[in-house]
Amino acid sequence: MAELALRSLTKAYGQTEVLHGIDLEVADGEFVVLVGPSGCGKSTTLRLIAGLEDTTSGAIEIGGRDVARLEPAARDIAMVFQNYAIYPHMTVRKNIGFGLRASKLPRADKKERIAEVAEILGMTPLLDRKPSQLSGGQRQRVAIGRAMVRDPAVFLFDEPLSNLDAQLRTQMRLEIKKLHQRVGTTIVFVTHDQVEAMTLADRIVIMKDGHIRQVGTPSEVYRNPADTFVARFIGAPSMNLIEGRADGARVALASGGEIALARGGGDVLLGVRPDDLHPVEGPALIEGRVTVQEPLGPETLIYVETSAGEVIAKADGRVPPAVGSTVRLGAAPEDIHLFDRQSGLALA
Amino acid sequence: MTDAPLTEIPERVKPSSDALLAKPRRGPRDNAQVIRWILLFLGGVLMVMPIAYMISTSLKWPHEVYNVNLIPDEPTLENYTYVLEDGRFYNWFWNSLIIATLTTISNLFFDSLVGYTLCKFRFPGRTLVFIAILSTLMIPTEMLVIPWYLMSQQFGWLDSYWGIMFPGLMTAFGVFLMKQFFESVPDDFLEAARIDGLNEFQIWWEVAMPLVRPALAALAIFVFLGNWTAFLWPLIVTNSVEMYTLPVGLSGFGDEADVAWELIMTGAAISTIPTLIVFLIFQRFIIRGVVMAGLKG
Repeated sequence: MAELALRSLTKAYGQTEVLHGIDLEVADGEFVVLVGPSGCGKSTTLRLIAGLEDTTSGAIEIGGRDVARLEPAARDIAMVFQNYAIYPHMTVRKNIGFGLRASKLPRADKKERIAEVAEILGMTPLLDRKPSQLSGGQRQRVAIGRAMVRDPAVFLFDEPLSNLDAQLRTQMRLEIKKLHQRVGTTIVFVTHDQVEAMTLADRIVIMKDGHIRQVGTPSEVYRNPADTFVARFIGAPSMNLIEGRADGARVALASGGEIALARGGGDVLLGVRPDDLHPVEGPALIEGRVTVQEPLGPETLIYVETSAGEVIAKADGRVPPAVGSTVRLGAAPEDIHLFDRQSGLALA
Repeated sequence: MTDAPLTEIPERVKPSSDALLAKPRRGPRDNAQVIRWILLFLGGVLMVMPIAYMISTSLKWPHEVYNVNLIPDEPTLENYTYVLEDGRFYNWFWNSLIIATLTTISNLFFDSLVGYTLCKFRFPGRTLVFIAILSTLMIPTEMLVIPWYLMSQQFGWLDSYWGIMFPGLMTAFGVFLMKQFFESVPDDFLEAARIDGLNEFQIWWEVAMPLVRPALAALAIFVFLGNWTAFLWPLIVTNSVEMYTLPVGLSGFGDEADVAWELIMTGAAISTIPTLIVFLIFQRFIIRGVVMAGLKG
């Protein structure tokens, strides 16, 4: 186990810079998830940590040692790939043992270590099977086993659940979380799925266009998004953003309504999550006509066409407003976020 | 649910007796199928005939060789006895076996090594090197024979195994074939092995090579057959009867007045046995390899 630090890390392919000076500190034993849309640089960051790509500049420190110029094998890391990368011509035993291929451990110790890892992952009865005889989840476990067997300082996971079906993904997510609680190794996990990020991470790193946009606990990035990108990326459905103008005491919405908020000034975007926006009887933030209902059981999502565009709100699942009806929507002031319309940054 | 036994056919799906007796109507699709079978049968006959005549001729007496009848009037195994009792045959067989085997091993090693390098590594001039290798496919063997001969003469390789083998120890076709197959090996496998501490040679040998076994089997059979049946270059580079390969030696059966076709065909029939063995061993890989080679285009 070890802490990991990225310092002013950049990566360029020819003239095109794809990572623009990433700074990140991961504590010993922490589970950090890099999340962002395709092309944001999250996988590149992971590959730089692994040593599969050369850095253009900056430092990568594992356990206080700069490993940026070291070969992948010398970095004391292990990686689980998106498509498992388990060798089809080897049995599960050999695949797991392959992680120890370059190790100087005595043969008996290697055997013991393989058996131990197989036991942890529940793969003992399958040790003599070939990957073609395994299910997707079992293959993923073999890939994790091959990483675990080396007892590395840092585990790297590159979208390991994206090839699994929804049910198996949920199950494996839980298993990875339990595994982390059991072994306590530092983990850097890459995903584009914000639900995966929220459920797994101690801290989430949200990336876009080669920059880190926010680092925080799942609750922090959900409750206090640093900008409109994070606000819309985290949480499903995405946060509603409504144009308005703030004067330090109130925010007048472009759609006509207004709300007392002693925050910000000038042109703003008022953000409110669908979870926090509900039909109300009294003074409303905004009103419009219900166009679509999405029943979720206890609650129903309603899509409301307003003069500020479409907004999504959450209504009681037992008596949701009918499609075509007009609803008034309101939110508690503490659930309303304000962003500068120009920069997109959150206003305190 | 009904209580009817499971074997009983429900009334509504029982075919009527008329339907059972009526002949199925032949549609255009059936006719096309018949034409396809006829064409395939003719193709099959064309492929089998030379082999059938080879075996037929090997069972004929010399005076019957030029009769086109497939079944000999007086079948004999005399030719087989003659060829197998002739010590030279074993010598040529051995020469061919050594040369074809060593050349095959060499091709499997070097073609796949070069193909892997050209496929999986990025280095300046990579495309140029690949084009240069491929361009050698456009030079006919007849043009190369003279430089090869002069080279062999200068280095003292004439009339030796090395002299026979050296032009074929690595082939552009093999490099191309292997490069195409390595394209199908995901980079993740190689990167996982790199993280696990294997060096580049180990990654090629232990991870990439087992994943392209069908291609290796296909290449092995192509190279082995090519060298087993090679005639022109072994004929040119060898002087002594002891260094002849099987095709060169067999062509010499007979005398100045006549060619002993019955002996040549007997030798040819015996010489197909190793190729049959190789094919039977590797056929599942070969067929898969050829299909994949086709898909890779």
